[in-house]
Amino acid sequence: MNAREKEEYLREYQVLKSQGKPFFPYAVLKDSTMACIVLAVIIGMSIILGAGELANRADPTTVTYTPRPDWYFYFLFELLRVIKPPSLVVLATVGIPTLALVLLLLLPFYDRNPERRPERRPIATTFAVAIIAIMAYLTYEGAHAGAPDQIDLKVPATAKAGETVANQSGCGACHKFGEAGNPGPGPDLTHIGSKLPSQAIARTLRNPTAPMPSFAGLPPKKFDALVQFLSSLR
Amino acid sequence: MAIKIPKPPLPGVRRKPQPPGTDQQDGRPPVKEQAREATAQIVGWVDERSSASSFLRGFLFRKVPKGTNWFYTLGSATMFAFLSQAVTGIFLAMYYDPSATRAYDSIQHINNDVWLGSFVRGMHHWGASVMIVLVFLHMGRTFFFGAYKYPRELNWVVGVVLLVLTLAMGLTGYLLPFDQRSFWATVVAVNINGTGPFIGPYLADFLRGGPEFGATTISRFYALHMLLIPLLIAALIGIHIYLVTKLGTTAPPWLKAKLPEPTEREQV
Repeated sequence: MNAREKEEYLREYQVLKSQGKPFFPYAVLKDSTMACIVLAVIIGMSIILGAGELANRADPTTVTYTPRPDWYFYFLFELLRVIKPPSLVVLATVGIPTLALVLLLLLPFYDRNPERRPERRPIATTFAVAIIAIMAYLTYEGAHAGAPDQIDLKVPATAKAGETVANQSGCGACHKFGEAGNPGPGPDLTHIGSKLPSQAIARTLRNPTAPMPSFAGLPPKKFDALVQFLSSLR
Repeated sequence: MAIKIPKPPLPGVRRKPQPPGTDQQDGRPPVKEQAREATAQIVGWVDERSSASSFLRGFLFRKVPKGTNWFYTLGSATMFAFLSQAVTGIFLAMYYDPSATRAYDSIQHINNDVWLGSFVRGMHHWGASVMIVLVFLHMGRTFFFGAYKYPRELNWVVGVVLLVLTLAMGLTGYLLPFDQRSFWATVVAVNINGTGPFIGPYLADFLRGGPEFGATTISRFYALHMLLIPLLIAALIGIHIYLVTKLGTTAPPWLKAKLPEPTEREQV
């Protein structure tokens, strides 16, 4: 914005302002209405949703607890999950958030376009909409992401029920499933479906080699789902 | 939608002169009149020494461009959410015990025993989410209306700092219930701070109160959450509002002023 544009803006604003209405009571009335709505929403949420659930007492000795932040940090949380290579982790934890913050802080200093209508600032508007979309997507993904130690493999939708059973049964304690699970003492099951037919998988689950426990005691529905899930791992 | 409101009442004590002969026998005005006179005198005394009335007149009766709509209430709504957090936070601080051994018990005490305790804790818990949503909506309004442009660049910078401080409130407050969720999430968050270059490790040590997550960590977070950050937020809100008053509320960007026609040059 050069000096002429600045002066033009100030002159036009002066006219618009002089044609306006006084802050009190016109704007104050709207602001107060909004304040009442905000208070009503907060009180309503407190009454309907309660005080926010309290988990167990903090225990620094546990090693299995999977930390999750509050929802408004899900986008950062998911960013950390998306960026996998260890050399790039610092990019997700510090690099990208810091860069984004600096860009946000300095926005008025590099966006020198005097135009103010969003439809006449296509670059700025496109970037903003894209960033909002990315943050919304990361928040959504972060909200639906299972814990990192949960099995999360690409399987047909019909096998998803079995994946839940595998997670509940603690298969990951001895077997590896892609990124999740422990590497031993049991074999890696990431591609077990291409190594064993489903009948063999079911047989192993019923009569396993020690120290693996038998899963014959599972309800038949869950057992079948588990077999279907394992045979879909190719 | 347009709301019909009468013209604003302008300040100033209007005193109608009494017709002669209406005074009471003892020559003193009636009690009602005396009370009004006393109030006016006190207000006048304060005003003479503070010039508050000219400030208030400037603040309340400044013009706001026409066309300002409900999107313009998001900023004051955010401030109101902050005030709600402050009030509920004060009540929670009356019962909360910021020590590693008793924090969890004091939260359970608030939830189960204190009258309206779980209600107030719920308001504080959900109020945080509401405030964060409002901060982002307010920022979105400012962006899409181009309200961060000349002459309001400085106020955008103040606003971004307020956004960061609000998120810092969320982070420091998350630890305080001291349950498994908040404990482990905070351990991770502080470790992430520690991965930052140069100041990262120092910042993490400062937040933890040492190299390990220990007994001092929770009191440190508590002090940040209820003293340092809220004071900074309150001060910056003051600056934010001062600048808005000084520079004026932005007009909606699609509004064009009808500039007075330039007077035609006289033909001789």
